[in-house]
Amino acid sequence: MTAKPKFAMYWAASCGGCEIAVLNIHEKILDVDANFDVVFWPVAVDAKYKDVEAMEDGSILLTLFNGGIRNDENEHLAKLLRRKSQILVAFGSCACEGCIPGLANLSPVGDIVHTAFNTLTTDNPHEIYPRASFDVPEGELHIPRLANVLRPLDLVVDVDYYMPGCPPESHQIAAVVDLVVKVVKGEAELPPKGAVIGVGDSTVCDECPRARNVKSITEFKRIQDVAPVDPNLCLLEQGIPCNGPATRSGCNSRCPNAGTQCIGCYGPAEGVLDYGARLIAAFASVIDAKEPEEIERILDGIPDPVGQVYRFNLAGSLLKASAEAWKAK
Amino acid sequence: MNDKTFEPTIIGFTCNWCSYRAADTAGTARVKYAPNVRLIRLMCSGRLDPTFVFKAFAGGADGVMVTGCHPGDCHYVEQNYKALRRFILMKRVLVQMGIDPARLKLQWASAAEGVQLAAEINKFVEEVRALGPLHWNLDYQEAVSTPAMEEVTA
Ligand code: SF4
Ligand code: SF4
Ligand code: SF4
Ligand code: FES
Repeated sequence: MTAKPKFAMYWAASCGGCEIAVLNIHEKILDVDANFDVVFWPVAVDAKYKDVEAMEDGSILLTLFNGGIRNDENEHLAKLLRRKSQILVAFGSCACEGCIPGLANLSPVGDIVHTAFNTLTTDNPHEIYPRASFDVPEGELHIPRLANVLRPLDLVVDVDYYMPGCPPESHQIAAVVDLVVKVVKGEAELPPKGAVIGVGDSTVCDECPRARNVKSITEFKRIQDVAPVDPNLCLLEQGIPCNGPATRSGCNSRCPNAGTQCIGCYGPAEGVLDYGARLIAAFASVIDAKEPEEIERILDGIPDPVGQVYRFNLAGSLLKASAEAWKAK
Repeated sequence: MNDKTFEPTIIGFTCNWCSYRAADTAGTARVKYAPNVRLIRLMCSGRLDPTFVFKAFAGGADGVMVTGCHPGDCHYVEQNYKALRRFILMKRVLVQMGIDPARLKLQWASAAEGVQLAAEINKFVEEVRALGPLHWNLDYQEAVSTPAMEEVTA
């Protein structure tokens, strides 16, 4: 019997939700175990970086990489796993486009550290911050160094496939596991390199069952300020900024089905180069106003435009990070 | 930065029916306008995808100018109002990104207003010159750094 192909999963700048999503495929996880030798997966198996370093290049068949690249440890692991893997998948919104951690690209890294270590909830009277290296009796210790900005995986290494979602939907993960198992058995072929996998081929709007008429918005409101929300009518039509028009399908319009707006976790729809730009176009199209003052008033209903139109995509957008963040201080 | 020798690069998205012709009129009438503007013709200002603007900035433009027919004169009825709304929302995004919104200008001009358009172009070039180079991380990998914690918390 030939050895089972090797599988790895890693988390960089991420929340851990993608790992849970993989475990959440229920009994399908047994297929992973039956068909793969799990050689590295910090959340599930005990293996050290040096074990990966000792592996032959290209010896891991499939690596699911989740999380963006925020520090030099993330970058090291991305490059290491790229070298060791035949197929590297940017798994989840964080690896694909930066996701929520990518919104920190609006702030200089110094502000991020201050916020984390010296805020109302963190009593730090002596202003003690972590040091990149320090001496202990056993020698010098190092902790990872934060980069000025967060980068999606493909800005650091070559990526074979993208699997968006925050996190990817379990049924999509299960379908991808099925496919890979079939490929291993020689029963199916891999999609072309660079493909976005585990997704639909249109937008969230296309899957959304809510009724649509002509949209003419005279006011944008937060959903909690709309009472009552019509359960059957398009949310954008009700003045609730819904990101469905720019977002890739794949989740069966999960949020609008559950009564709330799409916030865009499946990333840009096919053919969309800049997610936020597409949403700006979409929102501007539905505003019913011609006078600049009136347009400004309506747009005041979206108090944080970048947070609205780039919530998951800032680090993967054309501009990528704010001028302040680039400067790092 | 206010560098007199700095020549800003400006991308101008012009509507085929009005401002592109206005620029043409200016040319035939030998009205000079600054050579800093590279004009790209659109069929209508409503065709202005915000992607074009962000791509221009990310690709090295110091300023972006969008021109269209006067309100009421758009050949596709009301598309220039759509351009106006996109323009206002884009400016709000630029502010948050730390890009001076004055680097993006919207100008209405009819086909007959070559002289006025040339004057507006010249004015915009000087405004952008005064703002200095934007130079938006043309070498992205170069712009990424891992400053020492001591440095960022100082
Ligand atoms: S994509 Fe979402 S669920 Fe996955 S690691 Fe990032 S934040 Fe967490
Ligand atoms: S905008 Fe939102 S609510 Fe409206 S159709 Fe699209 S996804 Fe559904
Ligand atoms: S509706 Fe939008 S935010 Fe909700 S799961 Fe789908 S893509 Fe993500
Ligand atoms: S045709 Fe000129 S702006 Fe629409």
